[in-house]
Amino acid sequence: MRGGLLDLAWLGRNADDVWARFGEHVTLAVVPVVLGFLIAFPLALAAARRPGLYGPLLAVSGVLFTIPSIALFVLLIPFTGLSRTSALIPLTIYTLLILLRNTVEGLRAVPRDVREAAEAMGYTRVRQVVGVEVPLALPVIVAGLRIATVTTVGLVSVSAVIGQGGLGQLMLLGFQRQFPTPLVVAIVLSVALAVVADLTLLGVQRLLTPWDRGRAA
Amino acid sequence: MTSLTETVRFFRDAANWVGSDGVPTRLLEHLRLSIVATLVALAIALPLGLWLGHTGKGGQLAINVSNVGRALPTFGIVLLAVTLLSIGSLPILIALVALAIPPILTNTFVGIRAVDRDVRDAAVGMGLTDLRVLRQVEVPMALPLIMTGVRTSAVQVVATAAIAPYGGLSEGLGVYIRNGIPQRRIGEVIAGALLVALLALAVEFLLGRAERALTSEGLKAPAARDVAVRPATSGSLS
Repeated sequence: MRGGLLDLAWLGRNADDVWARFGEHVTLAVVPVVLGFLIAFPLALAAARRPGLYGPLLAVSGVLFTIPSIALFVLLIPFTGLSRTSALIPLTIYTLLILLRNTVEGLRAVPRDVREAAEAMGYTRVRQVVGVEVPLALPVIVAGLRIATVTTVGLVSVSAVIGQGGLGQLMLLGFQRQFPTPLVVAIVLSVALAVVADLTLLGVQRLLTPWDRGRAA
Repeated sequence: MTSLTETVRFFRDAANWVGSDGVPTRLLEHLRLSIVATLVALAIALPLGLWLGHTGKGGQLAINVSNVGRALPTFGIVLLAVTLLSIGSLPILIALVALAIPPILTNTFVGIRAVDRDVRDAAVGMGLTDLRVLRQVEVPMALPLIMTGVRTSAVQVVATAAIAPYGGLSEGLGVYIRNGIPQRRIGEVIAGALLVALLALAVEFLLGRAERALTSEGLKAPAARDVAVRPATSGSLS
């Protein structure tokens, strides 16, 4: 082991590389959450009122969620090789359970009175969903997005085993050279990214739901 | 496709079922590492969670531990533990235990706190001592949530133990992945991944059964309703 916990000279020399890995990490975290939301949101809208659809969707995404990420990354090698796609597909799959569950629970928690009032006012089904139910469910939906984002940021590193991984590459480098600095830098940046992303989403939620600001935790 | 044939060939090759690199040995190593890590985490997190929940102290701590735990990159934590503490099973075990504590701690705390105040007061009013309130009232009612925490941790440990070979510990099913990828032995790699996936699913399933078996009959109907509003915490992910 050399250089203590944090060798600032190494960081200075390798700032460009660290920055590039950080950029990859951001891409590998953001793309799956966006894709996952594009898949889970319509499914959740369809499933919110249909327990017969929600049950199986929950079961399938639950089984996929349980498969360890290292296994899922590896199982994609025959199909998409040691490519970025092999990292993005499992990471997207892992967001589905969280996003699906939170969106459906959020929609289901909209008070019946409110739904009936919207219907009585002559809102079409689409306007009820878009104008009333989704806005009221937004805090729970965004809570799901926050959990999915933080989880994904933490998982990206594992895809270093298939040659991806963003900051995970720095972790592997630090271990292989028995040199803690890249490891410490990568862990700190990964946690910082998770925290910043979490707070950003919380801020977006507060902007979008001004009526909820007094109560929001 | 070739990778499928290679995988089938791996499983059909008798040489892969005996010796120190055989499937039974690797599976047992994986199980042993996972069980030890989960039990140690349980021994630390359960008493602490019960105590915090029973006394109502440190609620914010228990919640924060779980949030921070989610943000930590397990891959980096395992590799850092090994880099700082030397290669061997102990640093890996420490990292696994550290990652397994948050779900058990948080779920135990939340489960105990969620016990109906009236029920707790009734038990106290009947003259039960603190310990008996905990043992006979709070723990049975919190058991489904506690078991969810244990299941989450156990599955996560099984998943993270597969990373152990990347930290220099040549034990468990992750060895097939770690050794197979650089040497392009795709059958071995896929076989290792399949075994890890099946083991995680088996642990999830068996502990789910155990949870239902241990839950008091009187709690089963309302528990089914509570599950729907439980926040997303279950699962492996590492």
